Amino acid sequence: MGQAHWIKKGTAMITLSCEEVRREISNYLDDDMSPRMRRLLEVHLEQCRKCAVLLDSTHNVLVLLADEHRFEMPAGFSFRMRHVLAKEFEKAKS
Amino acid sequence: MQNTLVRESENDRILEGERELIAEILAGNHERYYELIAPIERRVYYTAYAILRTEADAEEVSQEAILKAFRGLRTFRGEAKFSSWLLSIVGNEARMRLRRRREVSLELLKSPDNEGEYTPIELAEWREIPVEALAQKELAARLEEALAALPEIYREVLILRDIDELNIAETSAALEITVPAVKTRLLRARLMVRDYFVSRSWARHTGLRKAQP
Repeated sequence: MGQAHWIKKGTAMITLSCEEVRREISNYLDDDMSPRMRRLLEVHLEQCRKCAVLLDSTHNVLVLLADEHRFEMPAGFSFRMRHVLAKEFEKAKS
Repeated sequence: MQNTLVRESENDRILEGERELIAEILAGNHERYYELIAPIERRVYYTAYAILRTEADAEEVSQEAILKAFRGLRTFRGEAKFSSWLLSIVGNEARMRLRRRREVSLELLKSPDNEGEYTPIELAEWREIPVEALAQKELAARLEEALAALPEIYREVLILRDIDELNIAETSAALEITVPAVKTRLLRARLMVRDYFVSRSWARHTGLRKAQP
């Protein structure tokens, strides 16, 4: 923890702790943060391997998850759906 | 920036195409409704399935929601994508059915409503997760397990946001919770699903377990 609290050329830089980074990971993935916060976070990520891996792995699992084609639909789903709709269309016409 | 612009113009194009299609359907060319739903059928089904966890119920709810959207097509404002609208209808229908089942869901009891700190598993390298080593089928099963393991309130937010790709505002509307609540749950959900996936895939291939804090 706290590797990212670093001091450069005698100037104390305001940086985020690992906990703070963790709290922002989801917003970071959604690109839902101020440019300032993004910069702070990226400074931390450059310095802290643990947080960088956490971000990467979370991102990767979400990418895998988002590929909905992985999940199988029941056989005949579309066929049955069309059948139900066809009946509805007839009703709507009459 | 460039990407955002491209995405926006693509979005406009989709909305425009949808508006034309919907106008035709409303004018009586009902069969074209198939075209509107065909690209999102799978997401509709999967949203229902993720909430209800049984194939039969998920299919029924998908059909109900698709019918409901057809009957209510005139009320669709066209400001958002049709898919977002339909997916939030499915989400609502599925959750209503879940309530009707009157399940005293253990998951709900388990889901901590103190949505505070959550400490994820530490990994040295993402590469340690042998995704490539997993066959596609196994990967799908592993992901499904990870989703199923999430408490309800986290699973539904994750499905709507990360699989259905609704935005935060749409997710908030679909779940009838505030935007900050969506964000808090989403963070927890994403870390949890990652942890579950990581610990299962990892432990199996390397014999390692989650480190104790």
